[in-house]
Amino acid sequence: MLYFSKLRIIFISIICLFFIIIASNNLLTPNNKFIDKKINLGLDLQGGSYLLLEIDNSPVIEQKLQNISTLIRTYFKEKGIRIGNLNLTNNKIRFSVNEEFKQKVIDEFQNENSDINPYYPRFKSHQLNITDKGNQLELNFSKQGIVELKTSSQDQALEIVRRRIDEIGTNEPNILKRGNDRILVELPGLDDPMRIKSLLGKTANLTFRFVSNDDQDSFGVEKIQYEDGSNEDFVSKRIILSGDNLLDAQPRMNNQTNETVVSFTLDRVGAKRFGKATSSNIGRQLAIILDGKIISAPVIRDTIASGSGQISGGFTFQSATDLALLLRSGALPAPLNIIEERTVGPDLGQDSIDAGMIALAIGFILVIIYMFIKYKIFGLITNITLVANLLILIGILTLFEATLTLPGIAGIILTVGMAVDANVLIFERIKEELKNEKNNIIAFDSGYTKSRTAILDANITTLLAATILFFMGSGPIKGFSVTLGVGIFTTLFSVYFIARLFTAIYVSKNRDKEALIL
Amino acid sequence: MIKFNKFYTQFNIVSLILVIVSLVFLTFKGLNFGIDFKGGTLIELRSTDDKINVSSLRDNLNQIDLGDVSVKKFGNDQDYLIKFENKDNKKDIIDEIKSNLDKSFGNNFDFRRVENVGPKVSAELLRSGIIAISVSLAIMLIYIWIRFEWQFSLGAIVALFHDVIITLGLFSLLNLEINLSIIAAVLTIVGYSMNDTVVIFDRVRENLKKYSDIKIYELTNISINETLSRTLITSVTTLLALFSIFFFGGEILKGFSLAMIFGVVFGTYSSIYIANTILVRLNVSQKTILKEDKD
Repeated sequence: MLYFSKLRIIFISIICLFFIIIASNNLLTPNNKFIDKKINLGLDLQGGSYLLLEIDNSPVIEQKLQNISTLIRTYFKEKGIRIGNLNLTNNKIRFSVNEEFKQKVIDEFQNENSDINPYYPRFKSHQLNITDKGNQLELNFSKQGIVELKTSSQDQALEIVRRRIDEIGTNEPNILKRGNDRILVELPGLDDPMRIKSLLGKTANLTFRFVSNDDQDSFGVEKIQYEDGSNEDFVSKRIILSGDNLLDAQPRMNNQTNETVVSFTLDRVGAKRFGKATSSNIGRQLAIILDGKIISAPVIRDTIASGSGQISGGFTFQSATDLALLLRSGALPAPLNIIEERTVGPDLGQDSIDAGMIALAIGFILVIIYMFIKYKIFGLITNITLVANLLILIGILTLFEATLTLPGIAGIILTVGMAVDANVLIFERIKEELKNEKNNIIAFDSGYTKSRTAILDANITTLLAATILFFMGSGPIKGFSVTLGVGIFTTLFSVYFIARLFTAIYVSKNRDKEALIL
Repeated sequence: MIKFNKFYTQFNIVSLILVIVSLVFLTFKGLNFGIDFKGGTLIELRSTDDKINVSSLRDNLNQIDLGDVSVKKFGNDQDYLIKFENKDNKKDIIDEIKSNLDKSFGNNFDFRRVENVGPKVSAELLRSGIIAISVSLAIMLIYIWIRFEWQFSLGAIVALFHDVIITLGLFSLLNLEINLSIIAAVLTIVGYSMNDTVVIFDRVRENLKKYSDIKIYELTNISINETLSRTLITSVTTLLALFSIFFFGGEILKGFSLAMIFGVVFGTYSSIYIANTILVRLNVSQKTILKEDKD
């Protein structure tokens, strides 16, 4: 156990040097040209905001079922089957059909290559389940149907969230899916997430619809409140234009009224439709509705054929900017709720780094002093190993650009405390061996050999705990499990290669000395 | 040689009492869950304004309907920790609090940290925390079962439960907050306690092979003594590291390091007085491990 070939010594030195150089990269500014890597600081250390958003899919489900019921009516009409009493309640579509056609309709839904009920060839499950309730048939989403719906609305929402955040221009945001109805947003360096929260909290569903007090409107009317809560109006359910038709939106100052407005440009289809609607409805009020509230309802004075227009509604410059941003980035498929938020200010982050570093330094010094007092020359060897261990640990974290969190720093400090364990096990064993064995070399050799199972067992148990934490823990805690886990490997490496190398050199030089270790 | 085995029975009784007392506390007083597991909102606020103190802050916050509000000093004289339930999960509550504080104190404060955990997320975090601890206990059981004979596994697991229950009991007694980092601490304690036990067991097994004529009662004592200086040195260095986190690592890591300190102390004690006494009570002998070798 004490013999090291020249090649091996060189190999160990190169590994140590490599990681030490990488570790030192964290102190260099500007970055090293060759290895452009640094440890990432977690949000709790650099400051920033963590938001977990949950998509409220119930309106999407309702909308989708609405579309499906329309589809069903036309589909069976073409086949000459009359569908009666079609209605939608509690996310279930119910309808009745003549007894003679009933089986045919059911088969139509259960056919593996059904046109009206897709998914079977791909998922071995239909989108909809059909049940025979006697005089009525009932349709609802299958498990797979719901999953597909959630996944697609999550994809859309993720895209919109990304666009909105990019528009605001925060640095290096992290936007990830979680499960099938959640989105995780990490915004480093942001200490006041208020604006982003309010921007993400809006669906930004924009529609242009005529104010219509006429009950004869063939599309039906509904009562909608004004944004400022002052008033309400009846508005036609017919949608002239929606946010999808917008190409661009910008905040502007209207020179005539001295009011902040949002000007918009429409795409070709939108411009055409807008021109037609305005030309035939001069004198009527066109309501601009955002998320179920009327922003304003200007009277149409002229045909608007240019495909651009303005929205006024008593905006401040800030609110006009935000609305323009929301309109540019598009509507969310469903409302988002913030179900978890963690924000750390940058100065608390810096305080945490400072405190963590002081604790690390003090812990380190205390352990080093204690080990030196306990083991003298071998304490010194342990201490050199400990320094190397720490540098290699930081080097590995840098190499993989791991995220360092405050609990992560605690993990490093804890590693310092526990890393000496392996050396202690070995030295104590050697002491025991020396009681019966006068030859230093043999005693050291068997000390290393006999302590090995205990060292392995002891480190595997800690590694198991760290692994579980890694998979179960979130955010900062994950950082702890990473440093603790990596720390075990660096500890074993430094004990078995570095410390053993120094021990071997020292022992072979003092092979005849008595009471080598005390 | 220290006669550890003279006090096996006494310390077993002490441990049994501690575990029972802990369980009583855990059942009747329960744990003080933080917002991670209970849901709610937390604000860490800093101010140098001398108009701001615990009672003026509380008065100000009570003007808004927040449910149960707690205001405490946090670390030093300028920092305060505010916690409330936020039952309705109101979206703009932080804005509302900020503007209300603005009205009373001017802009003389700084929100250093804001955390808001909804009821659904907190329930999930609690569940995954419980699962994490259970899974880690199960995996330790399996590991030690593979490495040692069942008598040893039982000893290690009893010691493990002993440490976790008493540490949590102490948290209940002292009304210390349980948050995500405490779960991390408990898992690390599980690893550490196991580590300590395994080192002694390893020696017990080695000695069982070496001496056929020494009874387990004596043999455990020999093994404990042989590994004693290692046990102490490792505990001391780990505690040195933990105390430096506790005193210098900032307010946020206080709970975590305290839990770990308790855990290391109990873990060291239990590997000597719980794990080993189980071996004695199960009357482990050379036959126990030789039978295993034949298989």
